[in-house]
Amino acid sequence: MNRPSGVSCSACWFLAGLALLTAASFWTLDLQWAKFLSVDAARKMGRFLAELASPSIDLPFLRKLLWASLETIAMSALGTLLAVLGGLALALPASRTHAGDRALWRAPTRIVLNGLRSIPELVWAALLILAAGLGPLAGTLALALHTTGVLGRLFAEAIENSPSGPAFALRVQGVAPGRVFLYATLPQILPQLVSYTLYRWENNIRAAAVLGVVGGGGLGQMLAFHMGLFHMRETSSILIAMIALVTLVDLASYLARRILQR
Amino acid sequence: MQPAAGTPIAPELRDPAWIGRVFWFLAALVLLAPALVLTEFRPWTMLEPDALGSTARFVGDFLPPKIEPEFLLLVARECWRTVAIATAGMALALLIAIPLALVSTSVLSVSALPGRTHALPFALRQAVRGLLIVLRSVPELVWALVFVRVVGLGPTAGVLAIALTYGGMLGKVYGEILESEERQATHALLRNGAGRLQAFFYALLPQSATELTSYTVYRWECAIRSSAVLGFVGAGGLGQQMDNSMKMFQGSEVATMLIVFMLLVGLADAASAWLRRVIA
Repeated sequence: MNRPSGVSCSACWFLAGLALLTAASFWTLDLQWAKFLSVDAARKMGRFLAELASPSIDLPFLRKLLWASLETIAMSALGTLLAVLGGLALALPASRTHAGDRALWRAPTRIVLNGLRSIPELVWAALLILAAGLGPLAGTLALALHTTGVLGRLFAEAIENSPSGPAFALRVQGVAPGRVFLYATLPQILPQLVSYTLYRWENNIRAAAVLGVVGGGGLGQMLAFHMGLFHMRETSSILIAMIALVTLVDLASYLARRILQR
Repeated sequence: MQPAAGTPIAPELRDPAWIGRVFWFLAALVLLAPALVLTEFRPWTMLEPDALGSTARFVGDFLPPKIEPEFLLLVARECWRTVAIATAGMALALLIAIPLALVSTSVLSVSALPGRTHALPFALRQAVRGLLIVLRSVPELVWALVFVRVVGLGPTAGVLAIALTYGGMLGKVYGEILESEERQATHALLRNGAGRLQAFFYALLPQSATELTSYTVYRWECAIRSSAVLGFVGAGGLGQQMDNSMKMFQGSEVATMLIVFMLLVGLADAASAWLRRVIA
């Protein structure tokens, strides 16, 4: 804060750029506010909300809904588990374990991880549906691929940042790299790996709920189906189930954090 | 040091945690079995000649990516639209988030100064927090589906979906950031008769501006990623174009768009990291 003029000027440039970007965004998008704020849209929205107010509660449908919710959770769990295996397998070549390590595979593996990570689950699902067909398999694999990228990178960081003493002690005794990892590095980073995994699982449950919208199984697929056919009462139940699932996961993760921090 | 395979291990060298490990491994398998059934996990169906053939054709078409000038122009336009949807959505989200965050923080509560909040302001705050949670807990994709139904296909639905979800998210986190700041300065102003907005601008905002800005920039980056995805339900931008090309099995077009999308995400990532470093 010694040079207030310099500070404030870079702040003005930043704000001016931001204002320009925002104005250009609103200007170039042909946003149909007239349509959104029209009486017709209001009536549509009103009817939509009114229909949502009476969720379907007939028993066979609720049973299907429960099944889809379980499917969503199973998809997220299996996807995360596959991602842990894949992430760990890719994290090893993607990390430089000690200073003398030439880590030839580090750069190429990191490119692969970045590629997996930068394509969102939903895009993976849309791509995989062509190979695996509609259904939860495509969704599970989509979650697994994206999460492999995320976890692989996090695991690699964890491996590189772990204290090097124990690994060094084993290495100078002539222990092979695989054993060094299993007996020195892994025990140290295991709590971190578990916490990353749980965090991603939480994210994946949320993602799995909507993946189905492109055909990847679970609650989302049911939602897209019933919404497409204008079954508003069923749509309403599915939306409630989705929000309940997300809220439950939030609550569980909040409680788990509280308990673990104590 | 290690005994060769096959030689019996002396009792004192046996792993004491062995039984526990085997138990947890088996328990995990038992828990996992229903998940395999539920998710119809049969990856080998992908290897059937029929499925494999169409996959191979589609993926084979990826190379070379389509780089005709007019197609690239189209992709560039959709790219800009993706960024614009995210930016416009964020602008509207701020309009939702800032007032709600101000209402929901108890730091700026005049009635709470003596120690306990009155029932009415307390109820109002909880109601606003509830609203923020509802806005946030509906995924943006679902909002987009709803708005596509109301305003038709196009970027309007995407902007509204981002505005509502991110409004809830930003409002909640802004509230939490404001709550976590030191309260002395704000309370000193409030006790001396400053209005709530004055107390906010002169005490609370200067303390928390960096954190608020850096979180907003981070969320803008997330909004770009999700606006690309929203296109898949018809909310405009790169996603919608990608969806069209996938439905037409145009592998080369999909490849180009995937590359462009990765570049866009990488660019947004770098820009947001740089901005946050500058701000901090």
